[in-house]
Amino acid sequence: MATIISNRRVAEGIYVMHAKGRFEAKAGQFFMVRGWENYPLLSRPLSVYDQDEQGVKFLYKVAGEGTERLARMKAGDEVTLLGPLGNGFPAVHGRTALVGGGIGIAPLYYTARQLEQADLYLGFSAEVYEEHEFRSLRHPVEIDLGGIVLDRVDFDAYDTIFVCGPEPMLRAAQMKSAMSSGRANVYVSLENRMACGIGACLVCSVGCENGRKKACSDGPVFRAEEVVLA
Amino acid sequence: MIETTLDTVCRIGKVAFKNPVVMASGTFGFGKEYGKLYDLSKLGGISGKGVTLHPRPGNPGIRVYETPSGMLNSVGLENPGIRAFLDEECAFWERLDTVRIVNLGGGTVQDYVEGARLIDEDSTVREREGRQAVDMIELNISCPNVKAGGMAYGIKTSVAREVVREVRAATSLPLMVKLSPNAEDIADMAQMCEEEGAEAVSLINTLSGMKIDVRRRRSVFDNLYAGLSGPAVKPVALRMVHQVCKRVGIPVVGMGGISCAEDIIEFIMAGAEAVQVGTYNFVNWQAGAELAAGVERFMAEEGIRSLDEIRGIL
Repeated sequence: MATIISNRRVAEGIYVMHAKGRFEAKAGQFFMVRGWENYPLLSRPLSVYDQDEQGVKFLYKVAGEGTERLARMKAGDEVTLLGPLGNGFPAVHGRTALVGGGIGIAPLYYTARQLEQADLYLGFSAEVYEEHEFRSLRHPVEIDLGGIVLDRVDFDAYDTIFVCGPEPMLRAAQMKSAMSSGRANVYVSLENRMACGIGACLVCSVGCENGRKKACSDGPVFRAEEVVLA
Repeated sequence: MIETTLDTVCRIGKVAFKNPVVMASGTFGFGKEYGKLYDLSKLGGISGKGVTLHPRPGNPGIRVYETPSGMLNSVGLENPGIRAFLDEECAFWERLDTVRIVNLGGGTVQDYVEGARLIDEDSTVREREGRQAVDMIELNISCPNVKAGGMAYGIKTSVAREVVREVRAATSLPLMVKLSPNAEDIADMAQMCEEEGAEAVSLINTLSGMKIDVRRRRSVFDNLYAGLSGPAVKPVALRMVHQVCKRVGIPVVGMGGISCAEDIIEFIMAGAEAVQVGTYNFVNWQAGAELAAGVERFMAEEGIRSLDEIRGIL
């Protein structure tokens, strides 16, 4: 059990939860989170937004019953956390771009915080959130509201590109990568539905070039060209 | 204070389970992942992820959808195939101090039989070398029967009989048949398994269900239907276990929505020898260890020394 330090609304349906505990999460990893006993049955996979001496932060969007319950929780309430899980982002080299769409910006903050150099591209459909936090990292930040954030990224200008966002955005990143010079190693972070979160149940399985892989324990980060997005 | 020892041992033929808590197939992988979270020797047993003769990629599309007190799954038997299971997972199983059950699926009767034979041959070699990895086969007859137009083997007793008979003849390992609640008559099905020489039956597999995305006007699942599990199915499962226990003399392993020690006691009172726990592993990753301890606590509180005192009392 982890005590909630704070749980604040940062935009319509978007929250940041800070939960107490000593974790050693790597950028791009996630936790299975639940703020209730038995119902809803499944925990919710949330990626690490930030980590500090006090605990771990999650930036999340209310998408259903589970996240709705999380949003109603207050400082002092308890959440159950299983994690950190998954492998997170690999080590980077050269010029790096971090590209996030909507709530897909969540894993990029802690990632950016650990990098010497990174250009951030953040896309939103209706409302911009956490802009101030991202800008405080002192990396260049480009914000796109209502457009296509990927259009702003020159794939040939980078050695490493991390992309996290809705599936159509990941597919677009795959296409863009395939049509680029191939200079950049492009990685995508998936947000599949999960049940166990540790690689036992196969409900988050994804088709890859060498057969099936598990989004939770083999991912959630994959090389863009290795995953088959439906 | 008088020291009393609690007898939680359950038996299927010669196989002894240290307690009634067995992890259900499909929810526990081959045990490795949960084995990093807690000591698997606290479990009565584990039934591994269902394996088939040939590797299967499983179903495309969304594979899980939560429903009130339950979940629908459409994994579609994704598995690496029996050969890969024997080569890659059994080294881990060799070292486990709990009952190890291979869950066997198939597409044709021939697939089932050949699969059972592979497991049996491997087991014979291992036994000779003193490094057994498999204690029992759990036969999953809920797989679609290609010859019968895709209808599962587990619906009609006459169709299932052939598979059970052939697999029985192909292995000398203890055989447990996992029954589908979608069967026309589950007690008939169980009786058939007993007649064909199975050592046990386990029930219930998932109930066939459906979820429609009303905005997109289509099923959530590419495969149209999916399997319902979780607490929502428990009353149905308990009733079916009770009916089957009244019909057959072989041990019955009950499952369906178990989420606490009292649920396990219910199944045992309905006549089950042991139980399996599936969906609850996703609710509580320490489910197995906690439920095993919970059964002992219940027995101590109620002054029960052996589960035999309460088994099948209804």
